[in-house]
Amino acid sequence: MIRSVMVMNTQGKPRLAKFYDFQPVEKQQELIRSVFGVLCSRAENVSNFLEADSIFGPDSRLVYKHYATLYFVLVFDSSENELAMLDLIQVFVETLDKCFKNVCELDLVFNYCKMHTIIDEIIFGGQVLETSSTEVMKAIEEISKLETASNSISLVPKSVSGWRTR
Amino acid sequence: MEQLKTIGRELAMGSQGGFGQSKEFLDLVKSIGEARSKAEEDRIVLHEIETLKRRIAEPDIPKRKMKEYIIRLVYVEMLGHDASFGYIHAVKMTHDDSLLLKRTGYLAVTLFLNEDHDLIILIVNTIQKDLKSDNYLVVCAALNAVCRLINEETIPAVLPQVVELLGHAKEGVRKKAIMALHRFHHKSPSSVSHLVSNFRKRLCDNDPGVMGATLCPLFDLISVDVNSYKDLVVSFVSILKQVAERRLPKGYDYHQMPAPFIQIRLLKILALLGSGDKLASENMYTVIGDIFRKCDSSSNIGNAVLYECICCVSSIYPNPKLLEAAAEVISRFLKSDSHNLKYLGIDALGRLIKISPEIAEQHQLAVIDCLEDPDDTLKRKTFELLYKMTKSSNVEVIVNRMIDYMISINDNHYKTYIASRCVELAEQFAPSNHWFIQTMNKVFEHAGDLVNIKVAHNLMRLIAEGFGEDDDAADSQLRSSAVESYLLIIGEPKLPSVFLQVICWVLGEYGTADGKYSASYITGKLCDVAESYSNDETVKAYAVTAIMKIYAFEIAAGRKVDMLDECQSLVEELSASNSTDLQQRAYELQAVISLDARAVESIMPSDASCEDIEIDGNLSFLNSYVQQALENGAQPYIPESERSGMLNISNFRSQDQLEVSMHGLRFEAYELPKPPVPSRIPPPLLAPSAELVPVSEPSYSRETHQVATVPSVSDSGSLELKLRLDGVQRKWGKPTYSSPSSSTSNSTSQNTVNGTTTQVDGASNVNSKARTTYDSRRPQVEISPEKQKLAASLFGGSSQTEKRPTLASHKAAKASSHAAEKSQAPKAVVVSNEVTVEKTNHQPPPDLLDLGEPTVTTSSAPLVDPFKQLEGLLDSTQVTSTVNHGATESPDIISLYANTPASVQSSSAEISVPSNKDDINVTSTLATQFIKGPNPKDALEKDALVRQLGVTPSSQNPNLFRDLLG
Repeated sequence: MIRSVMVMNTQGKPRLAKFYDFQPVEKQQELIRSVFGVLCSRAENVSNFLEADSIFGPDSRLVYKHYATLYFVLVFDSSENELAMLDLIQVFVETLDKCFKNVCELDLVFNYCKMHTIIDEIIFGGQVLETSSTEVMKAIEEISKLETASNSISLVPKSVSGWRTR
Repeated sequence: MEQLKTIGRELAMGSQGGFGQSKEFLDLVKSIGEARSKAEEDRIVLHEIETLKRRIAEPDIPKRKMKEYIIRLVYVEMLGHDASFGYIHAVKMTHDDSLLLKRTGYLAVTLFLNEDHDLIILIVNTIQKDLKSDNYLVVCAALNAVCRLINEETIPAVLPQVVELLGHAKEGVRKKAIMALHRFHHKSPSSVSHLVSNFRKRLCDNDPGVMGATLCPLFDLISVDVNSYKDLVVSFVSILKQVAERRLPKGYDYHQMPAPFIQIRLLKILALLGSGDKLASENMYTVIGDIFRKCDSSSNIGNAVLYECICCVSSIYPNPKLLEAAAEVISRFLKSDSHNLKYLGIDALGRLIKISPEIAEQHQLAVIDCLEDPDDTLKRKTFELLYKMTKSSNVEVIVNRMIDYMISINDNHYKTYIASRCVELAEQFAPSNHWFIQTMNKVFEHAGDLVNIKVAHNLMRLIAEGFGEDDDAADSQLRSSAVESYLLIIGEPKLPSVFLQVICWVLGEYGTADGKYSASYITGKLCDVAESYSNDETVKAYAVTAIMKIYAFEIAAGRKVDMLDECQSLVEELSASNSTDLQQRAYELQAVISLDARAVESIMPSDASCEDIEIDGNLSFLNSYVQQALENGAQPYIPESERSGMLNISNFRSQDQLEVSMHGLRFEAYELPKPPVPSRIPPPLLAPSAELVPVSEPSYSRETHQVATVPSVSDSGSLELKLRLDGVQRKWGKPTYSSPSSSTSNSTSQNTVNGTTTQVDGASNVNSKARTTYDSRRPQVEISPEKQKLAASLFGGSSQTEKRPTLASHKAAKASSHAAEKSQAPKAVVVSNEVTVEKTNHQPPPDLLDLGEPTVTTSSAPLVDPFKQLEGLLDSTQVTSTVNHGATESPDIISLYANTPASVQSSSAEISVPSNKDDINVTSTLATQFIKGPNPKDALEKDALVRQLGVTPSSQNPNLFRDLLG
């Protein structure tokens, strides 16, 4: 099962932190810090895998990928396949890219909520739910459409919502 | 252009508040982003919290505004600040009718609350309602919350609704409902145990996505109980077949791979189901073989599936063809430039060598490369592999490598781990006592505070007991080498406490045993230790007891003891110590010194730490005293059982009277003159001289007590001349005072101290166990069957201590490296081949130092080093000595071994012929010389065959290098 999804920038600021087993706020911060501590000390061109027993307890592995200014991190146990998890990060990033057109850190900062929606469509309760970014996009679009419809008091101009679902 | 786009987007959001966010929020995010320090960021966030607290409490906030506040709260909490004041508002938001607000509310509560939070009770109702909603998005949002917020007690509240959703029209909802059930199973297996059939049913869902989701809970269920799901093997295989044959809709393809995540799940499940089950495994062979063939190894996900196939193949009942395919993939992984693939290759190798040990040797160089790699993850994985491959022939190389790495890292968690691994390997495979002690010294020196104290106790016990042979000379040599090495190390600053304890104990026990060092020299060293680690009480206690022992041995040997000044002052200091333990030890030391030689010898016999002490539970040595007392008119002893029985018979009137009479009896017992006194006198000395009995001389009791407090190596193996009063109390007092298992009686006559009697209890069992595990030459009975199997299949049986291997293999390696250089040059092979034959036949006994020598070869420089590393791995061939094999092998190992060879050999035959080229062939021919089979006859035959083949350079007999590496 997947234990946690984290996105943080190269300065160690968290951009997204989701734990599938509850962690109190302080513990979350500590985990993010220690993960960042390990990641930033790793050289380029080494493997994307880490044994994370010392941070997350026994039987935990960590897969990370470095994109521009961001680290995408997945923590999981032995019931998942490392390479597949690496591809799951890929799926996530691809989806973000489709969603925001050339995604950059700024998009994630300002669309915090949306990022959560996306990750919820990919990983559900610690299990992989969907691995096709097209499918995820479809689901996201549907959600946005219905949300706008139900939200009668939405003041968002049409042009923006059009941009959003483009 | 790109920048312009970004700026434009930013502007758009800034002015219009993308997704309904206000300028305020964007400003917050921006200012946090620009904060230069953590303190500045904290200040901004705290200010934000203040604002939010104020705003959120205002009445009549527009809903849209409220939503934004909630998101800001989530953001604040992600940055590590407490936002609990807003939780209730998030909970309220989940009640909202608007989908947008509801989703935001659910998102916030799933991030804020844990399943045991008090507010959950307010949400359960909403969840129940939402699970029944017509809008499937509401249902999905609620299911998402269910996964996170429902605990064991609230599961029943939502379970019916969730189960109902298994039949929902939307496949997305069905999928999520299954996963929610899976989550319930995770939290409390009993709550959904009656629903297992639902998972089976959903396996046949029309939608492949739902079927894929079902595999997750099934995987968990199967890993708990394999046997109840054997019937599904056929279904799983046919599903996997369909997936692999691209029968699923195109939408499930990922990077041109058909539903790879489903394939991976299925392979994992098959691995579980096929493990050790030949029948089930046979169903799987075809489909796995197909996947091996079809899988696209250029993409990441393709390799993920291939890796999973290897895992599956190594788990199910072995099939030679599949093993061959797996070995091929592994070699591709290892040869790849990607560190990720190398990592998986090493991991897969570790899995596969259990079944076919011969594949490891093809990849020796790759493994060594990974060991040298700067990537820590890869390095650790490689150590894992080496750990699996360790045997007595290569243990030195591997453990030394591990220790070097251990010294180089700072990560305490991993340091502890690898230190325990080193200890484990050293205990199991140590080729010599000396090496073992040196290795343990290194481990203690560099990771002493991280290793388990038991390891230290084991080491002490080992030194005390020797290696279990009845060779006193070897034992004393071991001890003096230990003493010497400790005297060298003791001067070094900042040694770990555990290590110092070992040092002190060994010096105290054996420091003066061989007469090389004077008592004053050793005690001086011990005083230094006690002084320089003055705030470590345990070390001080060990040191002062060690000093006492040394003096006691001196006195017993009839020499005069002059206490050193520093020692004197140490004792004085300790006798005023805050710690009563230290005080007592100091007084004991003083008391012992003032005794005469005979008394000292009996309380502190030299080198008796591992003698067993016989416990005379009947206290028979007191018989004469009892007899005398009876003659003098004392009442005979009546056991309490009889006593109460008598009472029951004689006093059957009322409870009160019973009590009274019991009082009466006890009272009488107290009046007996001196029963407890004799117990305090050490019997070896005094039992014969009965007239001394009534004198309870304080100094005697002190002595005996002293002995009892000598720090024991462990509870068992030490010199336990303990005098415990409870043994006596048992005779006269209430039975509750004595616990038979722990009481050591005072009947330690000289005979038993010299130790022919063995007392079979837990302690001595431990001893013997330790002994056998230390002794690499014995079959390792204590090792788990799995390890035995591994050992047997890896190394062809229990390894013998090498008599002439290292150098020989060294040359062999040299020669092979030499030959490998000029690969495909048959003549070179022949030549080097003959050289090796000669060398191996006339090798002197092992010269371990030779390992360090620079290898003089004609091969190029980079080649030399890896091969040096390899020697340790290579020389296993000689180690499996034919003659002793049958004798030392315990029967079960043989039978275990007998299970594998057929398949292993055939598989090796198939694997190696096509896959290895030039250099491997060369090594194989070289290895021929050393091949020894699992039994003498086999080996002779093989040897003959080998000799025959050895001269023909073209020989490609794959069996020949099977033993090369493992």
